[in-house]
Amino acid sequence: MENNLIASSSKKARKLTEAEIAEIEHEKELYPDNKAVGLEALKIVQKHQGWVSDESLLAIADYLDLSVADLEGVATFFNLVYRQPVGKKVILFCNSVSCWIMGCDSVRSHITDTLGVDFGQTTEDNEFTFIPVPCLGDCDRAPVMMVGEDLHRNLTNEKIDEIVAQYRGKD
Amino acid sequence: MAKVVIDGKEYEVNPDNNLLQECLSQGLDLPYFCWHPCMGSVGACRQCAVKQYRDEDDKEGMLVMACMTPASDGTRISIEDEQAKDMRERVIESLMISHPHDCPVCEEGGECHLQDMTLMSGHNYRRYDKQKRTHHNQYLGPFINHEMNRCIACYRCVRYYDDYAGGTDLAAQASHHHVYFGRHEEGVLESEFSGNLVEVCPTGVFTDKAFSEHYTRKWDLQTAPSVCVGCSVGCNTTPGERYGSLRRITNRYNSEVNGYFLCDRGRFGFDYVNSDERLSAAVAQADGGSTELENEQVADLLAELKSDGAIGIGSPRASNEANYALRNLVGEENFYAGVADDEHAVGQLILKLSRDSAFHTPSIRDIEQADAALVVGEDLTNTAARVALALRQSVRNKAAELATNNNIPVWQDAAVRELAQHERSPLSILSAHATRLDDVASEVVIEGYAQQAAIANAVAAKLSSNAPAVSGLDAELQAQVDAIADHLANAKRPLVVSGSSNGQVELVKAAANVARALHEKNASPIDLCLVQREVNSFGLQMLVAADNNLGAALDKLSSGAVEKAIVLENDLYRRAAHAAVDSALDKLDTLVVLDLLPTRTTAKATHVLPTTAFSEHEATYINYEGRAQLSYQVHRCANGAVPAWQWLHGSDVSAIVKECSEEAAGFDKLDELLPRLDQFVAGMKVPRQSHRYSGRTAMIANLNVHEPKQPQDPNSVMSFSMEGIPALNDASVLGAAWSPSWNSNQSISKFQDEINGELKQGHTGNLLIERNENGAYLSPEPIADSASNGEFTLARSQQIFGSDELSGRATAIQQRTTGSYISLSPEDAKALGVVQGDAVSLNGNGAVATACVRARIKPGTVTLYADETLDVYALPASLALSKSENAADRSIDGLIISDRYEEDY
Repeated sequence: MENNLIASSSKKARKLTEAEIAEIEHEKELYPDNKAVGLEALKIVQKHQGWVSDESLLAIADYLDLSVADLEGVATFFNLVYRQPVGKKVILFCNSVSCWIMGCDSVRSHITDTLGVDFGQTTEDNEFTFIPVPCLGDCDRAPVMMVGEDLHRNLTNEKIDEIVAQYRGKD
Repeated sequence: MAKVVIDGKEYEVNPDNNLLQECLSQGLDLPYFCWHPCMGSVGACRQCAVKQYRDEDDKEGMLVMACMTPASDGTRISIEDEQAKDMRERVIESLMISHPHDCPVCEEGGECHLQDMTLMSGHNYRRYDKQKRTHHNQYLGPFINHEMNRCIACYRCVRYYDDYAGGTDLAAQASHHHVYFGRHEEGVLESEFSGNLVEVCPTGVFTDKAFSEHYTRKWDLQTAPSVCVGCSVGCNTTPGERYGSLRRITNRYNSEVNGYFLCDRGRFGFDYVNSDERLSAAVAQADGGSTELENEQVADLLAELKSDGAIGIGSPRASNEANYALRNLVGEENFYAGVADDEHAVGQLILKLSRDSAFHTPSIRDIEQADAALVVGEDLTNTAARVALALRQSVRNKAAELATNNNIPVWQDAAVRELAQHERSPLSILSAHATRLDDVASEVVIEGYAQQAAIANAVAAKLSSNAPAVSGLDAELQAQVDAIADHLANAKRPLVVSGSSNGQVELVKAAANVARALHEKNASPIDLCLVQREVNSFGLQMLVAADNNLGAALDKLSSGAVEKAIVLENDLYRRAAHAAVDSALDKLDTLVVLDLLPTRTTAKATHVLPTTAFSEHEATYINYEGRAQLSYQVHRCANGAVPAWQWLHGSDVSAIVKECSEEAAGFDKLDELLPRLDQFVAGMKVPRQSHRYSGRTAMIANLNVHEPKQPQDPNSVMSFSMEGIPALNDASVLGAAWSPSWNSNQSISKFQDEINGELKQGHTGNLLIERNENGAYLSPEPIADSASNGEFTLARSQQIFGSDELSGRATAIQQRTTGSYISLSPEDAKALGVVQGDAVSLNGNGAVATACVRARIKPGTVTLYADETLDVYALPASLALSKSENAADRSIDGLIISDRYEEDY
């Protein structure tokens, strides 16, 4: 039976795109319960929209008949579900123990100097968002970071300059 | 029973419970946060650590959480163990790291479970001197304040709000030290039970917003045991007063009735008591002017009315004493019911069914035990909300059964929920519109009254061939009937619920037929819960003769046969068609109206006598079960009003209770409710003020430096004073619970014979009705419905905030009330050219309601919520509707319904 959950909201759900719906429908087949699909749906929408806006959150809750408060609980639990707009590329920079031993702090300062942003910020040209991450599982080649889907290892200041140049202006 | 050893001493405990619960049942002090007597254990806060030993020789032991450890036979634990004590102290220190040091400005201060537990665990010096995390607070509507910085993340709020009460708009958000309990965005908390968050939260995250407006510390409130007058459940409450104004209402535990929880109507719907509009003097009114009456003049007037054979109209919102006093004055033959005629007919049937030995009227606790339930036509969340909350618990009995079969203790809350997933005991709902219980229902059938009655009767016929046969249901409905009958037949404790709010006698007849059919297969009486709309509807029905309905009274008055009438605490314009009331009242030579606030009826009166509100007098009320409960006076009335019975009868409360129990049929056990002073220690009265009550000598020092004498209360066992013997163990006169070291409401455990058990020596009220009649099946009559072309079959709907007269005049509640609205299906709305929010003219007679297009209304039917201005009893059973050019006066924004139709999505 449909739950008919209510949660009055000042904003309106946007319409999910056909591509988003198709992918969410696929996930629905894999789980016994819509509640379990919630996280996958958030990831799908983020993949298509870059982030999860309030309107998207409402749309997913509506579509899956979930409590929007619960879904917000899931979305805010995970650091990598973005509830604020991010730049075209997200830099996930490891500042955990191995990377710290290997000098990630100086690399981090170099990124901040180069891009003019610190953790949690997006460059003015909307190219990069810079976010810390606890571990990327590549400690033997620390310091490491990810840009978009790509992993970059053994970071140095020089390497950062190359990487920034490599990604700047690309979609 | 099992034997456990706690700190070297042996205790007899219940092995089905956990150690924390059993320690508390034994009266031992053990700190806890996440555990709640109604919500079981999750082991989240780690506060109730104790040392457990394998056997007598084990000197090492290991730390366990008492709430997660069964109290099985032979268990040996220590609460006093140094390691356990140290752990509890460290745990609370870490929970408190970001807790602000704001107790002096925090409204929880002085009744804070966190304060109590901090002291109890010995954490009295803060070592953490770094920055604390802070949060933004949300606007959560007119009832609840939000102060997230105080949160210790025990998760009790969401476990109550979501898991227990079925709310969907409060959730835990974020993670680690940012965990946040709130809505997805600011806005009104939608659950009708949100006020319990104030009591469930162990600290001051959720506080009572209405109370904030005129805040007073718990110990400075004058309190007494009271009964909520918001509906027919009669929840037990503790109202608190200071400086002559009623400040707040909190829950008062009653194991059979409300347990630990109230609805928001009951908690927030009281401040009409403090209204500037309160009637304060006995007056004679004529030509727009009024002159005050002396007491002798009132007595002469009433004596004259008595000898002239005046008609008396009673009230379901007035006490037994007030109604009895009026009946006594005018004589039984002249005493009429002050309720709508259709409701009166249902009320009389309910009274008859309550004497039938085939049925049993379940208490709220009994309702929670049902393993299959059928609701016939009653929108419980809006008419008897506490019953709806109990039904929501009943569907969890399936989970308890699964847990038991899997050897999981029922108190293991998270495990039991995980195990059960969406498995629920069946709950079937027949209604004219979607209801707030639909999310846990197994069947929801949305139909007009005629079909609802037919379906219920068909269920009865399916269960027993002796029940009246029903024909003409289509295959789809028949399938629903079969499913419902199956659920009920297979249940160990089935329950049938209906009520009088629709004014449809056929619905209650059908519900009774279902219960009777079940009784044929079941030796024990079947739970049949029939609710009415007001606090003393049941008592009024017991006092009034069956034929003396309001229509008969109005006929008599408008015919001119009687020219004098007394109306008791009742606005007749809410009970009958306005034209009929006008034509009756306009003919009168004398109309005496007793009430506490001005109404359209007091405006018509020749004489108005001001009466006291529920917190200003001692009185008894009878709830839907036929349970009579005593409500004590909390504070003195600040103006010249006196209790209605005092105007009408001139005696004190114990005399009138005694007389009522001797004279009125069925009331013989009423006077057993009144405690006698010789039952108390040294014959001393019980103080209404706490032993910490402050500023008594200074309260009016701005006016006069002489301390006035405390007001006397010669007729009560309670005093308006700090002196006397407070209720330390005796809960029969327990206002605000308090026990040494336990300042919060959690102190109630010290007054229970065991956790969730009865109060020690406490009254749970007296059931007045004896079941000694044997009834028969009731033959269905067709329901009048002459909907012809283009007309719509009408059903009524109620609102928890607004349908009740007095609570609807409270300021907090008024922020949640809406104007009249008519719910219609998308198809019908389209045909009428009406969209969401348009004004709709009802039968073209000037009455207007706002359109509320709902996805799940059956085409051809509409439901109408009538606010207090709408002349609802003038409307026929079927309505012609048209779009109106006149806009409705009040919006319906903020209306909380689950199936609002949205065209563009």
